[in-house]
Amino acid sequence: MITDKTIKEIHSGLKRRDYSCVEIIEETYKNIEKYDSEINSAITVLDKKSVLKKAKAIDAEHKVSDLLCGIPFVLKDAYVTRGIRTTCASNVLADYIPQYNATVYKKLNDLGAVLIGKMNQDAWGHGGSTENTDFAPTHNPWDLTRVAGGSSGGPAAALAGRMSVFAIGEDTGGSIRNPAAWCNITGLKVSYGRVSRYGSIAYASSFDTVGPMGKTAEDCAIILERIAGKDPYDATSSLNPVPTYTASLDKTLKGKKIALPKDLLGKGLDPEIKNAILEAAEKFNFLGVAVEEVSMPIFDYGLAVYYVIAPCETSSNLARYDGIRYGNDRSNFTEETMRRIMIGTYALSAGYYDAFYRKAQKARTLFIKAYQDILSKFDAILMPVNPTPPTVIGELIGDPLQNLLADFYTVTQNPVGVPSLAVPCGFTKNKLPIGMQLIGKMFTEEILLNIGHQYQLVTDWHKKKPEMIS
Amino acid sequence: MNKNYHPIIGMEIHVELKTASKMFCGCKNDPFGAPKPNIYTCPVCLGLPGALPVPNRKAVEWCIILGLALNCDIPLFSKFDRKNYFYPDLPKGYQISQYDQPFAVGGYLNITSGKEKKRIGITRVHLEEDTGKLMHATVDGKKVSLIDFNRSGVPLVEIVTEPDLRSSEEARIFLKKLHQIIRYLEISDADMEKGTMRLEPNISVSEVSKSRAGELPPYKVEVKNINSFSFAKKAIDYEVNRHIAILETGSLPEQETRGWDEKKGITFSQRSKEEAQDYRYFPEPDIPPIRWQKSQINSFKSQIPELPDRKLTRFIKEYVLSEYDAVILTDEKAVAAYFEKAAISKTVPAKTITNWIINKKADIKKLSPEELVKLIQSKSQVSSMPDKELEEIISKIISSNPKAVADYRAGKETAMMFLLGQVMRETRGRADANTTRKILETKLK
Repeated sequence: MITDKTIKEIHSGLKRRDYSCVEIIEETYKNIEKYDSEINSAITVLDKKSVLKKAKAIDAEHKVSDLLCGIPFVLKDAYVTRGIRTTCASNVLADYIPQYNATVYKKLNDLGAVLIGKMNQDAWGHGGSTENTDFAPTHNPWDLTRVAGGSSGGPAAALAGRMSVFAIGEDTGGSIRNPAAWCNITGLKVSYGRVSRYGSIAYASSFDTVGPMGKTAEDCAIILERIAGKDPYDATSSLNPVPTYTASLDKTLKGKKIALPKDLLGKGLDPEIKNAILEAAEKFNFLGVAVEEVSMPIFDYGLAVYYVIAPCETSSNLARYDGIRYGNDRSNFTEETMRRIMIGTYALSAGYYDAFYRKAQKARTLFIKAYQDILSKFDAILMPVNPTPPTVIGELIGDPLQNLLADFYTVTQNPVGVPSLAVPCGFTKNKLPIGMQLIGKMFTEEILLNIGHQYQLVTDWHKKKPEMIS
Repeated sequence: MNKNYHPIIGMEIHVELKTASKMFCGCKNDPFGAPKPNIYTCPVCLGLPGALPVPNRKAVEWCIILGLALNCDIPLFSKFDRKNYFYPDLPKGYQISQYDQPFAVGGYLNITSGKEKKRIGITRVHLEEDTGKLMHATVDGKKVSLIDFNRSGVPLVEIVTEPDLRSSEEARIFLKKLHQIIRYLEISDADMEKGTMRLEPNISVSEVSKSRAGELPPYKVEVKNINSFSFAKKAIDYEVNRHIAILETGSLPEQETRGWDEKKGITFSQRSKEEAQDYRYFPEPDIPPIRWQKSQINSFKSQIPELPDRKLTRFIKEYVLSEYDAVILTDEKAVAAYFEKAAISKTVPAKTITNWIINKKADIKKLSPEELVKLIQSKSQVSSMPDKELEEIISKIISSNPKAVADYRAGKETAMMFLLGQVMRETRGRADANTTRKILETKLK
């Protein structure tokens, strides 16, 4: 399949005229038709005719000047797209057609990348399994009885199912990394402010990040180069210059240092995942990286910090869906979303603010310090993405507390702002994917992508695809 | 008013800034001049999903400059906050405002009430965004509420005073002075009819002994919807009397928000303390906090023009004007500037120019200062008509007023004034009074 290839490979093929853009698009639509009735990764698939028209135009010009020109991609349905229904997986926005384009979509569109669909997710980002959706859960292509992860489960499953070449996810507390790990793809949670959030429907504004999902670290580097940077429409986007991420991919890892928080590999972690992480650490040793054990006892407070601040912000961010302007009123929120709105409203109320919101913000500062302490001595921190392999559908959504615990490894990076790359690093005996994450200092995506790429040069986990996708 | 009580009054004033664009987006900031509703709108000021606010630098600078003009401190760290509440004219479900770390704090404004000079404390000056506007109308026979978002996101400055005002008259004087300063800074039209300046007095009444001891009453009443200084004064008077009447019965007025009914000249209850909202303020995550360098604050200071107080003192000294004249000339910055441009040539005395501007109501909108000076010069030219013509007119007046002539010859000085007046009337003021008098005296000898 063309869609098994990396962006660079497809680009070369297009240039050589091994295949046309139309053929790539046809393949993605074929896979959607073949698999998505079972996987349910898409909420809205774009009209094939008009997409093919765009592909034909690209073929006719045969410019493919940019690496992403003619490459099909999908967006998490949290990104507004002018004239294309955008639901955020909620019935509240079931019929919402945006009037403007998210910056990330505009940038990709301008480069000639071809949007195929708007993908399933947990509504408003509220969840880690893509079960909290009003458009039916997304099924994991590696085991259809299991979830794809979330909240960007649709995009991850679509990549695993070869229905797209890359995707733009959104990560507030693991929403890119979690489904990436469970679907055996590569996903990058960028530093806060690295990519413009303009047009990304807000979950928790101070945690939300816009990032690439692809089959490889190299793909993510190519995408990030093109979507990162200051946006006059996002006051929190960073002026930090955007490096040429692809230029650093081939650097040797000799002399690099990775921290391994051993205390996080204990209770609650699936032994098979633990082994995969330790094997990855050995692989890094082999690549010349010094892996040293550290401890991060503060992690015990991570979920508490996250699940106070994120609901506070979401309770405010979702206030605009007041039933006046978007057609469907607030009774259309799911139970999980209502729970988060209630918790946030409570934590911000007079008399509770100091005990909850302010205290959580103080703890957030402690997390920033804890990460700084370790990252001042190391290039990256290695840890699992998920404590367990993908859960069976119904397991998490039926148990709200378990649902929160599933985010244990991924919720502390967002309050701190640091980047984290999720990379496939093995499989369970039952052939379920396992992912690791590499966390770096603010704005060191360059280093993380370099480490990820070098790891992928000596491993082939990321090349494996689900049996059903043939 | 009952002498046993002191009114305790603080003010909250909202002022729409006249920046070219809105507070957090590039939309045109001209809600009053808009030919149609909802034309100056975009994803940001409509609160569409995914849209983000980016602060208007000019609006922030103007807020700081106003703070400095009101003698405030400018903290080196400031931030925006979200004020969460539901109202159909608030598209995001929250207003971006400033809560505990506003741009300017701890200032004052000196006022003169009668002969007394007073210092009114300024608690804070902060920046926020205005809401849309609701209109209740009948469309196709159905009663509907319509929303116009042209005003949504217009930069709004809020000025809060300490409860230092002790009478409605002091409040009126304070407000006029604040209005004058805002106009001098040219940051807002501060037009109350258009609603670009809105006044909300906070009123309570205290027993004199308690207020002397620095004790504030345990309640206050906020009055909204006031759109003139005189209404503010009337509303305060109404409230003070209402509170005294309640206090006299031994009860305490209820803490509440009241509206002003300008037709009836009364206030009415809008919202009680129990119905007070919990705004759940928290720092606005979409806008990074603002940190200033001292040098930036100094540069803002240098942008403040000469303010009314200083200009008044200078006018009195530099142009030797009476305080009365100087007050009128400096009331509006444009008039003061006009006067100075006219006076600078020194071809006409400053006092004469003042007289033309204040008493003769010279049309300063149509005449340039230079043109005004020329006009004054031409009008005050000595004997601007030929002597021969003047002599003929005088002879005519003498022959047609035999009685006055006889009176004068009999020693009545007033008769001379009468004749002089007749000549001036005939010449339509073109004749020089002294010359005319001399000719008259010669002819009547």
